Amino acid sequence: MKFDTPAGTNPIDRMKVVGQPHERVEGPLKTTGTAAYAYEHQQYPGAPVYGYVVGAAIAKGRIDSIDRTAAQHMPGVLAIVTAQDLGALGFGPLGKGDKNTANLLGGPDIEHYHQAVAIVVAESFEQARAAANAVHVAYTRGQGRFDLAQEKPNAKALTGSDADTATGDFETAFAAAPVQIDQTYTTPDQNHAMMEPFATIAWWEGDALSLWTSNQMIAWNREDLATTLSLPLEKVRIMSPYVGGGFGGKLFLRSDAVMASLGAKAVGRPVKLALPRPFIMNNATHRPATIQRIRLGATRDGKLVAIGHQSWSGDLPGGGPEVATQQTKLLYAGANRMTAMRLAELDLPEGNAMRAPGEAPGLMALEIAVDEMAEKLKMDPVAFRVLNDTQVDPEKPTRPFSQRNLVRCLKEGAEHFGWHRRLATPAQVREGRWLVGMGVAAAFRNNINIASAARVRLNDQGIVTVETDMTDIGTGSYTIIAQTAAEMMGVGIDRVVVRLGDSAFPVSSGSGGQFGANSSTSGVYAACVKLREAVAQRLGYDPERAEFADGLVRADNRSATLAEAAQAGELVAEGRIEWGNLSKQFQQSTFGAHFVEAAVDSFTGEIRVRRMLAVCAAGRILNPRTARSQMIGAMTMGVGGALMEELAVDKRFGFFVNHDLAGYEVPVHADIPHQEVHFIDEADATVSPMKAKGVGELGLAGVGAAVANAVYNATGVRVRDYPITLDKHLAGLPTLT
Amino acid sequence: MRAFTYERARSPLAAAAAVAGKRGARFIAGGTNLLDLMKLEIETPTHLVDVQDIGLDRIEPTDGGGLRIGTLVTNTALAADPRVRRDYGVLTRAIVAGASGQLRNKATVGGNLLQRTRCPYFYDTNQACNKRKPGSGCAAIGGVNRLLGVIGTSDACIATNPGDMAVALRLLDASVETVDGQGKTRTMPIAEFHRLPGDTPHVETALQPGELITAVTLPRPLGGRHLYHKVRDRASYAFAIVSVAAVIQPDGSGRAAFGGVAPRPWRVEAAEAAMRDGAAAVAAQVFAGARPTHENAFKVPLAERTLAGVMAEARAENRA
Repeated sequence: MKFDTPAGTNPIDRMKVVGQPHERVEGPLKTTGTAAYAYEHQQYPGAPVYGYVVGAAIAKGRIDSIDRTAAQHMPGVLAIVTAQDLGALGFGPLGKGDKNTANLLGGPDIEHYHQAVAIVVAESFEQARAAANAVHVAYTRGQGRFDLAQEKPNAKALTGSDADTATGDFETAFAAAPVQIDQTYTTPDQNHAMMEPFATIAWWEGDALSLWTSNQMIAWNREDLATTLSLPLEKVRIMSPYVGGGFGGKLFLRSDAVMASLGAKAVGRPVKLALPRPFIMNNATHRPATIQRIRLGATRDGKLVAIGHQSWSGDLPGGGPEVATQQTKLLYAGANRMTAMRLAELDLPEGNAMRAPGEAPGLMALEIAVDEMAEKLKMDPVAFRVLNDTQVDPEKPTRPFSQRNLVRCLKEGAEHFGWHRRLATPAQVREGRWLVGMGVAAAFRNNINIASAARVRLNDQGIVTVETDMTDIGTGSYTIIAQTAAEMMGVGIDRVVVRLGDSAFPVSSGSGGQFGANSSTSGVYAACVKLREAVAQRLGYDPERAEFADGLVRADNRSATLAEAAQAGELVAEGRIEWGNLSKQFQQSTFGAHFVEAAVDSFTGEIRVRRMLAVCAAGRILNPRTARSQMIGAMTMGVGGALMEELAVDKRFGFFVNHDLAGYEVPVHADIPHQEVHFIDEADATVSPMKAKGVGELGLAGVGAAVANAVYNATGVRVRDYPITLDKHLAGLPTLT
Repeated sequence: MRAFTYERARSPLAAAAAVAGKRGARFIAGGTNLLDLMKLEIETPTHLVDVQDIGLDRIEPTDGGGLRIGTLVTNTALAADPRVRRDYGVLTRAIVAGASGQLRNKATVGGNLLQRTRCPYFYDTNQACNKRKPGSGCAAIGGVNRLLGVIGTSDACIATNPGDMAVALRLLDASVETVDGQGKTRTMPIAEFHRLPGDTPHVETALQPGELITAVTLPRPLGGRHLYHKVRDRASYAFAIVSVAAVIQPDGSGRAAFGGVAPRPWRVEAAEAAMRDGAAAVAAQVFAGARPTHENAFKVPLAERTLAGVMAEARAENRA
């Protein structure tokens, strides 16, 4: 099904199942511990053995020698596999998937700290771990580049969608603007810190490789594993039915899958492998740090006339930038504008997508700058944003937004939050020892559609089974897909079975970029359209006139149950949604406004968020319950990003020092106050037959700045370097008397 | 984790003798720190002597009007004890500011006094660390050290003692009772229990090999307001950036001890004469000779401000 004209009325518009706050269909499995995650599956031939990865002890350089004598004689050890052993196992040099930057098995060259250099396989986990510690690797340390600020002058311009943009004459307009902001902001490297670690069980049957693993994108994972091991695609099967969080960290093939596959080849048995937490932070990907310069020029009455956003980030050679300027092209009106990203080469671990890549750090900076401009103009920050709203693409004014309710989000949010109580002058509100402030920021994330396919089966019991390689990374995919199929086939959600995360199923959008909900359900919609035709045909009804409701198919005064339609045999239909160029005609985006109240201890500078509100406009909300869960999770992540999350770089040795969950702090329950989420009632017919967009990343975009602006309003000390820890504003707090 | 042998001791003396008699042997009680360190092979004992069956899990009054706390009393039980809550509130407050409920259920008094630093370079066996591997150097100096020590450190080590309970015990002038493998007992003031690093940061306490902590005793109650303020980057489940334990009398006199700043709970008794003059006067003496790094210099003013906050809270409680 090609979606190339805006959707008309369709069965989803009935909203009998879709749009309802259904509980997660797989919830009972998860709350009873019976939903098997990657490391827990038991379906494979034979008893498993255990793998443990040895990581590089240096960030850059070469392996001189690997002494495995002690390790290979330790109890239970079955195999040790390094890059030197690939030939003996029947592999050539490993390939590299096109979404990986560094090699997933290092040696002799080392590209980053904790790059995998060996897997030890043993009968027990403890034996594998002990032997891995006894593999002695000698290195020659090379010269690495680990300091973004130092490498900034060497950073290079980019091409394609990351190239510089310019509209009007920014420099002249900025220079002439009567009110200016010119500030530099920094955001640190961050880790996804998902609950479930990277984990895989791999086994070989002849030349065919199967994996239970934890991954957001089954097809990407399959392709990149096949490429890495030089296997035909059809010889690789990937299964990832439940994922305990990914946040972009599990978009890609990672070392757990490759190393477990190599280990399994070496021992001829299934190998279980989970990456230990202290290893993940440097072995896997992270959100790269940024340095951002923002220049805003405005007229005295508050109209933006010049918007300039530059961002510097770093990555390993061949990697990509953190696309922090992306949203600045579209968020506010202004005739003269420029964005520019520069990419430095760094020898730190591999940077890549983390939830709201680009938007999160970009809006953390831009939405402070906007707050600073509003203050300079003596305007309310909500009113300033409303004044500078645009309903068209500012770089291409003939191209409208398909729907843009940012102003409504801001106004309704302000009303509901009690924004009028905020004092414009900071550091004026005290409650005992606490300084109290309020902040606001816009949330903004573009809609992306990805082709997505599904298979739908109808059996003689009237049960509808959906099969797609879509993943549920904790987001609620099972539930919204069940709701979609139920709505389309006119049955209750209890008549639908959803099977996900298996490369044997049709290729879906996968989970990422906020595209999963809309794209994957649209694929299910397409498959259900075909199944409806097959049902009508089987019953001898006119497919054009058949109606599906209440478990029945009706047409021309005839009716039959769905089960009756499948009496002569199961009906199976496969469908795929593909996307036309509506996204070129219209700028399709999601919007929101985040409001935060924060308190700062006037003695110690400790920051506590007190209240949070998000108002969102994101098209049709497929399930308000799971959407709200995504929002509050993202808002929690936003508090982490604002106040504590930072991979601390050792700039001498080139690694993230705080590489466990004791050192890399994310919010605990005590950090998270009352969170409220409102969705504006919308349906965007230009985006898909579902008329939905997504909220998973919108919920994070802007939160950091809303917290930062609230902290500033409390203290009067503007911190432009995230995370906003107490040491950064302590000296500016009111003097103690 | 290296392979090790294991036994359960039946008495304090048997436990001490078992450890004293075997090279590489260690006591284990709650194991909340030791087991983590063994998994990382930072600690590699060859033999563990489990002391959970040796008694010593009671809190009893002493003849001197104080309390004797058996070494195996859990953090949870100690913090919840009505006598402790009534007479030594700073101890309860310090304990519940640490770790999580689950960890406090396992952690014991003796074990908690022996918990090791959380310096990230100590935890990463690829990095130089004089505490983990004497003579290898200190990667934390010149590295990421925002959370590390500002005073009492040395050129060999700038790690902090991470404890909360120990800060309150130091404030209260607790004593540590021990028994060794020959059955010899001794009592030492808590002030002498933790060692400064000097050139030997791997030697962290005054305990001799095989010497087992049997109890911690508290002297008579001090009265006054008991306060503990732990400053950290998140609201719970984090080690102190700075913590202040204080007992403050209605006239403003009192005591203060500091955590998160030094290789041991940091208290300068002489500075306490200035308690009535305010936090600045106290902190100037407590932190005289501080040698912070570029990243953690803020801890010195933060400690002063935290003490000021504690003093203000005591005044507010007195008014209430």
